[in-house]
Amino acid sequence: MASGNDTGSFWMPPQASTVAADVDGLYNFVLWLNIIFFVLITAGTVWLVIRYRRRSNDQYATAQIAHSTWFEALWTFGPLALLVIVFVWGTRVFMDLAVAPEGAYTVQVQAKKWSWTFTHPNGAVVPGELEVPAGRPVRLVMASQDVLHSFFVPDFRVKQDVVPGRLTSLWFEAKAPGEHQIFCTEYCGKDHSRMLAKVKVIAADVDYRGPQTGKPAEVSLEDWGKQLYTKFGCNACHSVDGAKGVGPSFKGLYGKQESLASGGTVLVDENYIMESIYDPNAKLVAGFAGGMPTFKGQIDSEGIQSIIAFIKTLK
Amino acid sequence: MSTIVKHHVAHHFYDRHQESASAKMGIWLFLVTEVLLFSGLFVAYTVIKALNPEMWKEASATLNTTLGAVNTVVLIASSLTVALAVRAAQTNQHGEKNKQIAGLLFVTILFAGTFLVVKYFEYSHKFHEGMLPGTHYAFDGIASNNAHLFFGVYFLMTGLHGIHVVLGMGLLTWVMIRSLKGHFYKDYYTPVEVGGLYWHLVDLIWIYLFPLLYLV
Amino acid sequence: MSLTTTQATVDHANDPPETNYLRAKSGLRSWLLTVDHKRIGVMYLFTVFAAFLLGGFFASMVRWELFSPNYDELGVAIEGGKIFEGDTYNRLFTLHGLVMVFLVIIPGIPAALGNFVLPLQLGAKDVAFPKLNLASYYIYIVGTVMALWAAIAGGVDTGWTFYTPYSSGVDGSVVMMVMAAFVLGFSSIFTGMNFIVTVHKMRAPGMTWERMPLFIWAIYATAIIQVMATPVLAITLLLLAMERVLGVGIFDPALGGDPVLFQHFFWFYSHPAVYIMILPGMGVMSELVTTFARKQIFGYRAVAISSLAIAVISFLVWGHHMFVSGQSVYAGVIFSALTFLVAVPSAIKVINWTTTLYKGSISLDTPMLYALAFLVLFTIGGLTGLFLGALGIDVHLHDTYFVVAHFHYVMMGGTIIAFFGGVHYWWPKMFGRMYSAFWSKVTAWLVFIGFNVTFFPQFIMGSRGMPRRYHDYLPEFAEFHRWSSYGVVILGVGILIMVVYLLHSLFKGAPAPGNPWGARTLEWSVQSPPIEHNFHEIPTVVEGPYDYPLAGDGGATKA
Repeated sequence: MASGNDTGSFWMPPQASTVAADVDGLYNFVLWLNIIFFVLITAGTVWLVIRYRRRSNDQYATAQIAHSTWFEALWTFGPLALLVIVFVWGTRVFMDLAVAPEGAYTVQVQAKKWSWTFTHPNGAVVPGELEVPAGRPVRLVMASQDVLHSFFVPDFRVKQDVVPGRLTSLWFEAKAPGEHQIFCTEYCGKDHSRMLAKVKVIAADVDYRGPQTGKPAEVSLEDWGKQLYTKFGCNACHSVDGAKGVGPSFKGLYGKQESLASGGTVLVDENYIMESIYDPNAKLVAGFAGGMPTFKGQIDSEGIQSIIAFIKTLK
Repeated sequence: MSTIVKHHVAHHFYDRHQESASAKMGIWLFLVTEVLLFSGLFVAYTVIKALNPEMWKEASATLNTTLGAVNTVVLIASSLTVALAVRAAQTNQHGEKNKQIAGLLFVTILFAGTFLVVKYFEYSHKFHEGMLPGTHYAFDGIASNNAHLFFGVYFLMTGLHGIHVVLGMGLLTWVMIRSLKGHFYKDYYTPVEVGGLYWHLVDLIWIYLFPLLYLV
Repeated sequence: MSLTTTQATVDHANDPPETNYLRAKSGLRSWLLTVDHKRIGVMYLFTVFAAFLLGGFFASMVRWELFSPNYDELGVAIEGGKIFEGDTYNRLFTLHGLVMVFLVIIPGIPAALGNFVLPLQLGAKDVAFPKLNLASYYIYIVGTVMALWAAIAGGVDTGWTFYTPYSSGVDGSVVMMVMAAFVLGFSSIFTGMNFIVTVHKMRAPGMTWERMPLFIWAIYATAIIQVMATPVLAITLLLLAMERVLGVGIFDPALGGDPVLFQHFFWFYSHPAVYIMILPGMGVMSELVTTFARKQIFGYRAVAISSLAIAVISFLVWGHHMFVSGQSVYAGVIFSALTFLVAVPSAIKVINWTTTLYKGSISLDTPMLYALAFLVLFTIGGLTGLFLGALGIDVHLHDTYFVVAHFHYVMMGGTIIAFFGGVHYWWPKMFGRMYSAFWSKVTAWLVFIGFNVTFFPQFIMGSRGMPRRYHDYLPEFAEFHRWSSYGVVILGVGILIMVVYLLHSLFKGAPAPGNPWGARTLEWSVQSPPIEHNFHEIPTVVEGPYDYPLAGDGGATKA
């Protein structure tokens, strides 16, 4: 059965947040109820079938019991009482999940098909990875740029739909440093199952305001561009091997004369690539339906330069 | 024709009482489903109006209350004529009232047609002004945002209602033709009753639509 | 006190056989234009079964894809991992859901079995509106054709739940599919209307409400839901279609609308819909358990009233599909409370069926094997619903495979198993033939085992975090998915064997007697298959439907 631990149990992932043990406690209670009643009904049925098996065709029932008030009352009010317990307990846990404590470390979350981007108090904008301090409540304020998504971290037992047109939020407090999986759990189209991200819990002091972003010094522009290509989800629509996807392939793209949907052509140079990232529908390539979201505010100029460098390597 | 054609009770019923009681229960159940169908639209109305009160006030002021009131009177009158048709069928002994039943149904259908003509004028005025639902909205006389939502609700509610008016006209026409042939008399007038009940519901729905759309 | 086998005063089950409803008229036209509820029921049975095989085919494709993850821990593509592109996979799971929900499980028992059995069990010659009944069938066919067209023309990948704004704008034949469901809804509504009036107005003399078989109570409660909930689906689908065609904007935030409003509209129908799915199955259970234990049902009134209670409460719990949707916390609390309330009548039924077996004379014919399977599987399905009704746990489990497992246990382990049980129970009555007892029992075991192998692992991977509607998954879930996919093979084999022996019985099966199971409800008081008009004279009912005799009485007295 599930027990409080950091490696997970048969049923549950590790209890990596402060609320996980409470959720698991209720889960275990309901699990026991399930097992007990399942065994009662199944074993009871099996026993009855064996004991009262028809052994000859003229064998009939030895009693015709139409009702029994005490038994019916027991079986109505007994389960009802247990269900009330489960309801109250479940509501209590839910209230803990719903109300973030004061002074939480707040991160803005942008969800879009098919990636997550996180903006920290210090202004850092990080795709695909949510770095948070351990031992401190973290509050996520979430927005969607397009359709419904849902933010789910099994290890923390938290989940909340991200609804376009409004802001939703959830909170958690991670107990210790480690890495945890983020899933999207509201179907959002083609790459719903690839809309993944990671929570990176680090030890940090009380004035931690976010990670340092930007290209690490030891990483080349081209390699950083390649990382951004995955982190921002460009790989969902733009291949590197020439295959036509939702968007044009990056292979051989730099320096190409591209035909536009509106007629005419354009040379794919640095400026065109930058414009395509910040204002994707300005010069749509012929033969593609458009629909690429803008990355303005999410990719800075260093990021643009890195992506351009990466594309240049794809001859 | 001033004779009646005797009705044969269907083989699976004992007698005409069981048959007509079943038919009445059936139509009432159907009317319940119609109410639930429209109730979805009433919920949409409530939610959108609650979220956009200023817009709603401005947009609903563009509706022509006089025409709406005329349509209300027309439909109420049509409910009266269809009820009179049922009464005539109930008291039709030997076919002497066949023409009366048919005449009353015909007037009902005329009223229904009048309703649709008035709606045609209202709709064409709106199309002309660009007061259209959704992405087709092109009217600039309303300052608030999201006015297209009002017209979406307006056209959906009155449109669905209008479809039911047309269907009702078809139904009543069929009943009218049969009444001329002498099918309905004091011992069997179920289709007239069923048609009448359906028509009363069409009227009733409008009686809710009119104040909700035109008056508040 | 009666010396007959059934509730009626006179039994005709073993009279010299006369021309039955299958042979009374011949030719394609006599079937296509029939108003005989029995022929309509048979047509539905074959069509629903075909739809079930189609839905099962889509499920097999889904589980074939999910047999292996597409990438390993290092992100390297696994050979043979990806079978379909994401877009195709998404269409496959959507079609699986749409076909199973709208073409199989919702119409299933009421249309295929209810149509055949209801008038016979009531002692009536037909339903109240036979022509409307035929119209229901044709509307079902039209809806089916529209759905297939939509599936082939552009496909639909929104999931059977059509959540906005994804469904407001995505490419594909969404409007056509949504209108297909709209049309199918009318079939459901008309069937419900027909059944309600038939139950009220056409019971045989002496059949009071409390002498009605519990199958009828269940169908009646189902019909109430069909009549009241389906129109709300109709308007929801219409609004979605208008959203796409006109851009009305009530569900799309880009146009000023609210996506959560769509969810409220959708689930206001779709939650009662799941009770449309299970109640008839529960009705079948009451028949099977009493017949094959030769026993009075324990707690007739409780079982009857619980059907109505479920019908009423089912309208009040829709928000439990939306606990993390962004709806208010307080709404969540109310819906959670009501959800636990609706569990109580279901629990009452389960214990009453189990208790009915006590001191009975239990025969393990195939229909009873399905009834026992239902008892076990529905218990699991119902109990796992408790996890989901509890707010604090549902946050973790929502939209994971735990939910997928839960609803398959109740919809397949419940309704489909009951459907199989009912088909095997009434098959001799419908076609006058007995099927192979041996192969039918083999199949029942294969279905039971295959089902559990397919779906039990899904509970575990769900609580471990595996989300649903995923084309690909992390390698840590691979073992569970593999087992789940193996289970489908076992299930598939069982169902194919079923098709073979059932079809075989139509041509080569032993002729069935009027009352092969020794049951007491009125359909067993006539020959198998029945004559065209069911009864020469309407029977008079003098006893309850399950007044089985006690041992040692030779059928002469009751407790």
